[in-house]
Amino acid sequence: MFDIVFWILALVTVGAALAVVVLRDVFRAALSLVLLFLTIAVIYITLYADFLAVVQVLIYVGAVSILIIVAIMLTRDVWHGNPSGKLRIPALVVSLLLLGTMVFTMINTKWETSGEPPMQPTTAAIGLSLFGGGGFILPVEITAVLLLAAVLGAILLIREK
Amino acid sequence: MSVGLEHYLVLSAVLFCIGLYGVLAKRNAVVILMCIEIMLNAVNIALVAFSRYVVPMFLTGQIFAIFVIVVAAAEAAVGIAIIIAIYRSRQSVDVDKFDLMKW
Repeated sequence: MFDIVFWILALVTVGAALAVVVLRDVFRAALSLVLLFLTIAVIYITLYADFLAVVQVLIYVGAVSILIIVAIMLTRDVWHGNPSGKLRIPALVVSLLLLGTMVFTMINTKWETSGEPPMQPTTAAIGLSLFGGGGFILPVEITAVLLLAAVLGAILLIREK
Repeated sequence: MSVGLEHYLVLSAVLFCIGLYGVLAKRNAVVILMCIEIMLNAVNIALVAFSRYVVPMFLTGQIFAIFVIVVAAAEAAVGIAIIIAIYRSRQSVDVDKFDLMKW
């Protein structure tokens, strides 16, 4: 049962990612990107990462895709289609080479997997290790500064002169 | 063969390479940004899969994935701001025409 779910998810995910690259209409490519984000949220659920699945839906499906669609609509009048540039063939070769290398390495490596059952639910444990003592509190603080810088930078870049 | 760590890693590699192809080959700057998001999501799948199968009693991989998501959101905001700023001055989102920093 679990295997069938995984294979369906993998097919839909790879199909949606290919559609982002292949589709001629940029807006349809953005919609298939939304489908990709949603299926990745379901993949997180199959990996027992319930909190991450919710975060994925909130941030990617909710916020990032809206940003991208707004950007497409703002720049749409100059752009019809989603063509490839001069580097199409070299890019294809480089991607396939990297894919072959990575798949070869991943299949031939003896991963030391642990047989323990996964922790669930994860929300309380993630909160404890993010904000608790000896955890990731310093990266969280740095993330706050990063977000402030990103917001200020976006406003500054997009301001009317 | 039941689904294990390798399956998730190969799925992540496939997604990463699709995103890499898009970043290298596409001419529309917004599509390039979308492909960067695909690559970041592929890396997140690998991190969460390692967290699930290698150290299921710790959540380090999931916490790394949360930080990747935060940085990706900041990157998307700044990237789209840059694209729209260039679009205002050049009336184009074609990366072949973005030669502002060429000397």
